[in-house]
Amino acid sequence: MTIYKDVLETIHMIEKENLDIRTTTMGISLLDCFGRDHKAAADRVYDKITRLAGKLVETADEVSDDYGIRIVNKRISVTPIAFAGAKTTEDWLLYAKALDNAAKAVGVDIIGGFSALVQKGCTESDESFIEAVPYALAETDAMCSSINLGSTKAGINMDAVMMMGPLIKKTAYLTRDNSSFGCAKFVAFANAVEDNPFMAGAFHGVSEAENVINVGVSGPGVVKEALVGMKDAPVDKIAEKIKQTAFKITRAGQLVGREVSDRLGVPFGILDLSLAPTPAVGDSVAEILEVMGLERCGTHGSTAALAMLTDAVKKGGIMASGHVGGLSGAFIPVSEDNRMIAAAEEGCLTFDKLEAMTSVCSVGLDMIAIPGDTSEDTISAIIADEAAIGVINNKTTAVRVIPVYGMKAGDRVDWGGLFGSAPVMELNGFSSSRFIQRGGRMPAPVHSFKN
Amino acid sequence: MKAIITVVGKDQVGIMYKISKILNDYHINIEDITQTILQDYFTMIMVVKIDEAKTGFHEIDVALHELAEQEGLSIHVQKEEIFDTMHKI
Repeated sequence: MTIYKDVLETIHMIEKENLDIRTTTMGISLLDCFGRDHKAAADRVYDKITRLAGKLVETADEVSDDYGIRIVNKRISVTPIAFAGAKTTEDWLLYAKALDNAAKAVGVDIIGGFSALVQKGCTESDESFIEAVPYALAETDAMCSSINLGSTKAGINMDAVMMMGPLIKKTAYLTRDNSSFGCAKFVAFANAVEDNPFMAGAFHGVSEAENVINVGVSGPGVVKEALVGMKDAPVDKIAEKIKQTAFKITRAGQLVGREVSDRLGVPFGILDLSLAPTPAVGDSVAEILEVMGLERCGTHGSTAALAMLTDAVKKGGIMASGHVGGLSGAFIPVSEDNRMIAAAEEGCLTFDKLEAMTSVCSVGLDMIAIPGDTSEDTISAIIADEAAIGVINNKTTAVRVIPVYGMKAGDRVDWGGLFGSAPVMELNGFSSSRFIQRGGRMPAPVHSFKN
Repeated sequence: MKAIITVVGKDQVGIMYKISKILNDYHINIEDITQTILQDYFTMIMVVKIDEAKTGFHEIDVALHELAEQEGLSIHVQKEEIFDTMHKI
């Protein structure tokens, strides 16, 4: 009779609790495509991606049918394009369009890797790349971009941080007809990981193999349901339950990921178990915190509850998969989580509390709409704060904020689909300009005397 | 290949007949059945063996989904491994 219970539990998770494989992301190395002639190199990029990923969508759909678990997104990550070494916006756009066209040709949802790694310093080529990013985001549909600005080993490249404000504002302006949506496709990282399958920040690191399959599993709804019945249980019991649930979800992802990689004949890279919410009802990370006993996400206690959740998810996931990687933990993207949207609208979840929560979640300030007239330096300062949390605490942090053109605090922006909608959040009005305009390089932190 | 078919829905005359007819049409052998009726809801789990030389997994999936839509049932066909992997260490 145990099989009876197990089968029904799995069916229930799939039907009622939104258990799914969030993404199957194929990592492709483009290092052998780059060269001095950028037109020819961009053609090689297009050819290589379409050749290697031609069967990705079809294969993922077949595996999805066989096991009855939906694979929601099929995606591609590539070697950071900044390694192509171009020097002009026109040349960078050749690569952006090659990526975008390749993604459309093979039918994936998104392609990531229009990225640069500048944590220690920028080359001339990197600087021209950063200037080209807003145009690349405005002129493509399916392409995402990211820049790594700091690391625990290298410190923070404040010169590059200073360039992020103008980059994000320009992107917001160029995509103003679409509620500045271009900014939702750009992430500023510290300690970026090389095997992350989730967008917008996925890229295929230079130390990665030629071609791999990485899988991202989600399931906040499943975790929430598991906790609903545990009304007065102490927190250690809750942590244990989260671990067990994360284990089951991860095992499903591992099986599906392995099968996709076997059928494609591409090595399996890593499995990333991240509780990633969607705007769908019952698919919320904030709701898990509410079930734990907080009236709304964002009130006092939220950081503690989120810390325990993230840690328990990691522990369960590590036991369940041979290769856990990526970001693994819990995401808190405001516009993609309906309980988080509600908490923000009711004034319970503020920007500052979100920043505190990012010190224990798996990524950072994610999908937050801010006023359209926010200054460039304030945006750079937000990124500097977040990078500092990551660099000092030896974790990945990221910023994906959208200064929505023409909107002010309290307005509501709607991007639709998986990206959801969000209230425009109020920021601190005092200036950070003189600090940001100093530029330079923040030294790497000391690794002892951790108090 | 072994697969597990799960059927959940309002109890009605002929559910078993209609499902086993489809399985018969596709040369699928039923190895085990468990079923209960809970408050008018019919819940059945069937372990079946699919002869892959004769029938593709996708075809059965499509045929059973058509039936599910006609009869207002929820029917899942999944390879057995998914349950073993998720619930056993």
